[in-house]
Amino acid sequence: MGDLLAARSQMAVSLGFHILFAVVGIAMPVLMVIAETRWHRTGDAMYLELAKRWAKGTAILFAVGAVSGTVLSFELGLLWPSFMRFAGPIIGMPFSLEGFAFFAEAIFLGVYLYGWERISPRAHIAAGTVVAISGAASALFVVIANAWMNTPAGFRLQSGSPVDVDPIAAMLTPAAFPEVLHMLLAAYAATGFAVAGIHAMMLLRDRRNAFHRRALAVALIVGVPAAIVQPFSGDISARYVARWQPPKLAAMEGQFRTQAGAPLRIGGIPDVHAERTRWALEIPDGLSLLAFHDPHAVVRGLDAVPRRDWPPVPIVHVAFQVMVALGTYLALLGLWIVLETWRRRDLAANRWLMRAVALASPMGFLCIEAGWTVTEVGRQPWIIFGVMRTSDAVTPMPGLIVPFLAISALYCFLGVVVVWLLYDLVMRSPITRESDGAATAPAAA
Amino acid sequence: MAITIAVVALVALNAYVLLAGADFGGGVWDLFATGPRRADQRALIAEAIGPIWEANHVWLILVVVLLFTCFPPAFSGLAIALHIPLTLMLIGIVLRGSAFAFRSYGSSDDAPQRRWGRVFSIASLLTPLLLGVCIGAIASGRIGTMLDQIVRGAPSESFASLYLLPWLSPFTIAVGALVLAVFAFLAATYLTVEATGDALREDFRRRALFAALAVFVTAFLALLLARSRAPRVSAGLIASVWALPLHVLTAVAAIGAILALWFRRWHVARIAAATQVSLILWGWAAAQAPYLVPPSLTVENAAAPRRTQLIFLVTLALGALVLFPSMTYLFRLFKSSRRHETVPTGRNDSV
Ligand code: HDD
Ligand code: HEM
Ligand code: HEM
Repeated sequence: MGDLLAARSQMAVSLGFHILFAVVGIAMPVLMVIAETRWHRTGDAMYLELAKRWAKGTAILFAVGAVSGTVLSFELGLLWPSFMRFAGPIIGMPFSLEGFAFFAEAIFLGVYLYGWERISPRAHIAAGTVVAISGAASALFVVIANAWMNTPAGFRLQSGSPVDVDPIAAMLTPAAFPEVLHMLLAAYAATGFAVAGIHAMMLLRDRRNAFHRRALAVALIVGVPAAIVQPFSGDISARYVARWQPPKLAAMEGQFRTQAGAPLRIGGIPDVHAERTRWALEIPDGLSLLAFHDPHAVVRGLDAVPRRDWPPVPIVHVAFQVMVALGTYLALLGLWIVLETWRRRDLAANRWLMRAVALASPMGFLCIEAGWTVTEVGRQPWIIFGVMRTSDAVTPMPGLIVPFLAISALYCFLGVVVVWLLYDLVMRSPITRESDGAATAPAAA
Repeated sequence: MAITIAVVALVALNAYVLLAGADFGGGVWDLFATGPRRADQRALIAEAIGPIWEANHVWLILVVVLLFTCFPPAFSGLAIALHIPLTLMLIGIVLRGSAFAFRSYGSSDDAPQRRWGRVFSIASLLTPLLLGVCIGAIASGRIGTMLDQIVRGAPSESFASLYLLPWLSPFTIAVGALVLAVFAFLAATYLTVEATGDALREDFRRRALFAALAVFVTAFLALLLARSRAPRVSAGLIASVWALPLHVLTAVAAIGAILALWFRRWHVARIAAATQVSLILWGWAAAQAPYLVPPSLTVENAAAPRRTQLIFLVTLALGALVLFPSMTYLFRLFKSSRRHETVPTGRNDSV
């Protein structure tokens, strides 16, 4: 493995790991605050129990998120020193703002986790709300930084160096809005369904468990709306990619030739040597219609750029198909849940629905990994689209395979431990039945 | 303006050392918990750092972000030259943080508890050492020299002479030991204030006095080695106009801390210890000024465009407006003298 590939792999592993925890840090506070608010509204102690149990899991995940994020902020320099030298003054601003969001998040998470007995219930909910808001703000700022890498702005190039740096303009690039919107929705959809899926699994074993019924309801409140809106937000994202990063769109769709009335391909494997995508289901004019809202629009194919500027087409295409397929599943499942609720059916009693929700548990997270693969691998060979190549950004230190393997091993180990701890936490959940009455909830405070 | 930002960076680093440093020091005392009250010692440490360590940790991130936003050549240069020790330090940071969380919120069985406690405390010991090694490497000036070589493309140099030897020397190790001693000293001193009983307080008083001695020895050693290994910093610390007042002040603070511990004036000891440690840090910075990475990168020639600096300072001011009240709230909530009412059962009771 060459040094560049090792560096890219290390970045991919580190980001792919961090994002899982970051997403939980964005959405779990919302779930906890909803549960706690319900406890106040209804006096049902089981909601308090729920908030406390979720808080335990979140504390573990948040800590791993914080330390893996720290690794990232160093890795930006450790792996890509020339990139940071170039980009630091331009996109340092969102990172600095993010720093303050981290402060707020870490401070009020401490207050939330350790303050149950120390502050008033109202102040406690307020602390949870601050954590939720600052979690979303961290995502906002860091994704703005990423958007700049896709649609760089706010500087002028002069013999290879940036001049006339304008950090504000660099934050307001065309990619910023679609990416941030899509990312935030993804966080709520993924976490909501992941949590709902776990409790659905428990309900499949024990349908009348009151604890898991409440948990399911709260998780779905967060997950379902986001999942239903997500395809529309994805459409906005796709249209910005079509306009600003045509090679990425071409790779996503396996579109090798520039063409008017391009078809939408579902599935299929791009064959880079033959320059065509095999075994795809093609819907005539579909791509032109979706990407430009005009069935006859010209879609630029990969042939519009030199071969050395092609991203790895098969990876991007497959990742995109995975995201859209699973995203469609989540959106349809969301609609089904809305329908059942509207008909006032008991969700937990519907075994097929519970199976479908349980199946959805990992899907949002898979979508997130796939979606980021589309964004990041689709930007290759550029680290800053059209401005700096990834190969020009990598550190001169040889032997990068060693840190790559070390970080990967460390994260594998942590991943296993976290899964095991969460499993343990879920398995120790209370077994109060609905008919026993909520009043006998264990450890009622 | 670049000078202002450099001062801000130092303030943030200072906050990191005083706050997160003590959290690392707590981990060290977890490792060396001994005697009949070892379980109580560990519980006190866990309770002291539980609610605050993540917030304290963010100071480091602020330093990093500040460096790459406002002094990008220094950030990328350090990241190249210190790749190995920084990566090792990151592994330490990851293990320290996650092991602490696993121990606090994971299964309450005995065996995993002890295992995670061990990981937590060993990582708490190694991370400050590596941080100190990095600081020592910067101060020595050898990092900067090596960077110039890499930029010029020095193919004849071996891997070790480019990426290993510039940060690995008796001097950098002495600085590493100094940082470790400082963190342990801060932690023990703070814990005398926070301890719940007199016996426990005496445990940490003994530890603090011992650590004060270790700080003295390692600081002396580092200064001695600096004469040949970090001549610029050494010269600054010996010959500048401010050198004498600085040494006098540091000595006053150090002796004050020891006396206060001796006479059991816990709050005075805490302030004196923090002052002493801050003075050591500012002394290093003053001796190295105006260099960020000697011998070629200075605060001025490594600075980002003025516009970035300006916006950064505005952001900082706005952020501080949110940060300081929140920070105060956090510390008031968990660090005021309410301790005598709550029993430190350690874990699981608060969540
Ligand atoms: C729960 C997660 C999730 C779901 C259900 C979807 N996505 Fe997505 N998608 C993401 C999570 C995600 C992501 C991981 O969050 C990305 C990576 C970068 C970003 O902004 O969002 C992403 C990126 C991303 C991009 C690339 C943007 C870029 O390169 O900057 C496009 C075009 C889409 N998505 C389109 C869709 C469509 C048409 C979906 C239809 C169902 C969809 N996504 C569902
Ligand atoms: C290069 C990319 C990234 C860097 C350098 C980075 C950096 C960091 C750092 C340093 C932390 C720790 C903060 C603390 O101590 O509390 C953190 C946490 C966090 N990050 Fe990232 N991050 C990156 C990517 C992302 C992305 C893509 C998202 C969003 C969607 C995200 C969202 C978050 C959130 C919400 C947290 C706080 C919650 C938690 O710790 O679980 N980050 N990140
Ligand atoms: C957390 C969600 C993210 C994931 C899962 C992710 C994923 C990836 C992957 C897979 C790569 C390797 C691409 C390749 O080399 O083929 C990569 C590269 C990179 N990403 Fe991201 N990314 C995320 C967010 C971000 C953010 C928020 C930033 C910065 C602000 C960022 C900055 C980079 C950089 C600097 C590289 C290395 C250069 C490159 O390969 O282009 N990423 N990322």
